[in-house]
Amino acid sequence: MTTTITFPLSPAARKERATQEPAWVRWSLIGLALMFLTLFLFIPLISVFYEALKKGSDVYLAAITHPDALSAIKLTLTVAAIAVPLNLVFGVAAAWAIAKFEFRGKNLLITLIDLPFSVSPVVSGLIYVLVFGLQGWLGPWLAEHDLKIIFAVPGIVLATVFVTVPFIARELIPLMQAQGTEEEEAAVVLGASGWQTFYHVTLPNIKWGLLYGAILCNARAMGEFGAVSVVSGHIRGSTNTLPLHVEILYNEYNFAAAFAVASLLALLALVTLALKTLIEARNKQHQKQRGHE
Amino acid sequence: MNTNKWLNITIFTASLMIGSHATAGKTLLNVSYDPTRELYSEFNAAFAEHWQAKNNEKVTIQQSHGGSGKQARSVIDGLEADVVTLALASDINAIAEKAKLLPEDWQKRLALNSTPYTSTIIFLVRKGNPKGIKDWGDLARPGMAVITPNPKTSGGAQWNFLAAWQFGKQRYGEDKAKDFVSNIYKNVPVLDSGARGSTTTFVERGVGDVLISWENEAFLAIKEYGADKFEVVIPSLSILAEPPVAIVDKVVDKKGTRQVAEAYLQYLYSEEGQEIAAKHFYRPTDAKVAEKHASKFPKIELFKIDDAFGGWKNAHKVHFADGGTFDQIYLQ
Repeated sequence: MTTTITFPLSPAARKERATQEPAWVRWSLIGLALMFLTLFLFIPLISVFYEALKKGSDVYLAAITHPDALSAIKLTLTVAAIAVPLNLVFGVAAAWAIAKFEFRGKNLLITLIDLPFSVSPVVSGLIYVLVFGLQGWLGPWLAEHDLKIIFAVPGIVLATVFVTVPFIARELIPLMQAQGTEEEEAAVVLGASGWQTFYHVTLPNIKWGLLYGAILCNARAMGEFGAVSVVSGHIRGSTNTLPLHVEILYNEYNFAAAFAVASLLALLALVTLALKTLIEARNKQHQKQRGHE
Repeated sequence: MNTNKWLNITIFTASLMIGSHATAGKTLLNVSYDPTRELYSEFNAAFAEHWQAKNNEKVTIQQSHGGSGKQARSVIDGLEADVVTLALASDINAIAEKAKLLPEDWQKRLALNSTPYTSTIIFLVRKGNPKGIKDWGDLARPGMAVITPNPKTSGGAQWNFLAAWQFGKQRYGEDKAKDFVSNIYKNVPVLDSGARGSTTTFVERGVGDVLISWENEAFLAIKEYGADKFEVVIPSLSILAEPPVAIVDKVVDKKGTRQVAEAYLQYLYSEEGQEIAAKHFYRPTDAKVAEKHASKFPKIELFKIDDAFGGWKNAHKVHFADGGTFDQIYLQ
């Protein structure tokens, strides 16, 4: 259990602060950071909404209710609705195994979980083309049985799952490691089954971290471009996700519509950030409460 | 989260997936290259109407666009195109050779080498032509920024490359052509993967002094952005670009769409199809329609790839295959 231990500070030590830089250094550092954020975050974000609404709300509405846009929204939601639960199950299982048990090959598992972070998304997409493509390992067999993986929804889901694997597991591993195994051990000693231990002891401890990971995972699942682009086939109204649809509209000189659809993704990002902040606050509160128990 | 909720989510997801696959009537997938978006968007609607009127059957045509080479690669890897309408014969050859999805003599099956419309390669420059670009020779001048896509992924880029090569060969001699083309590519700051990407780089992002472009793409850019921003420059010599079309036999036979796919391609040759092509700045091959729109297309001395390079198979081997002249130029 982590509890904050406060040492009584001597009066002299209390006056001295960790940093002693003069005010102008602090303010210019803050100013620099703000300027950077303004240039690279706020202005682009505002410009997305500005460009989206430049030609009026009719154009905006028409762009996001166009059948191709609706189909892209639907596909994106479908993909996220499959990828996030899958990663939820996998992430919890992996984090549980890594944090609570000792076994051979544990480091290998940790490395594997990190793999999607270190591989370029394009490579992630190509892996699936090489495995499931018509010229790939399983391609001829799949074609014979009329199963479509790549250039169809399953391929997009696979690619998305692949790139979002680390989010939940990576979020949970340090949390679960910090929590240790005492509570689980106590539960087992008291006669709880493995499932009971997980459901009544582990899960309540990690629920905020889990939610946080799920939100990040969802944001990436909906926003992924590279890997999905490789396996999508770019069929309008069928295998285009929101990010791919933005690219198509942009390439068709349809800038207002492209930015309108992009603004949906930007809104998603903002909602994600808001939820993330909320959960972080809840999480802190939760930890504090546990600390006082 | 309780079991019921999970069940609901699963059912919801499953219904979404099933929903997205159920389409009434026949569905065709046309895998095309980059600048044909506007052309096929109009043509598909016209054909669907035509087919409905003639056979009382609904047909939905799905589109996929991208660099021609990339699109061919996708079809080879299993993108189930009923018809391919690509930028050059070489890309459809690749589908025939590598994936055996259609016979290697596919180009003989439809009229005019399976080319319902043609185009050529011209230049798009900024209004007033500030760099004074008149011909291919100007593109090799030091300090010029030339925008053209990557010949490895884009069909248009290969036509661009060959047109420049032929000009170099005629102007400076056989052995100087490579140096000439190499000098042009030294002036290229961005190699996009498709023709549309290059157009966007030039017109929207404002990069470059000149865009080597499909004729239709250049005129479309002027139409979209206004003649007060850009103008075309017609070089003294260019290539007759023949973007061919073909049915992908293995796919149409599997899906049972051969009949409608054949009618779709035939309709490109019809008067209606030719009119739509001309409207989107593709040169019609039908004599009557071509004459009607003659004033729309500048007169250029055009050479054919068969005469200058001995056909696509040869041109591909010499210039664009691994280790070809493009690799030699670009990897220097």
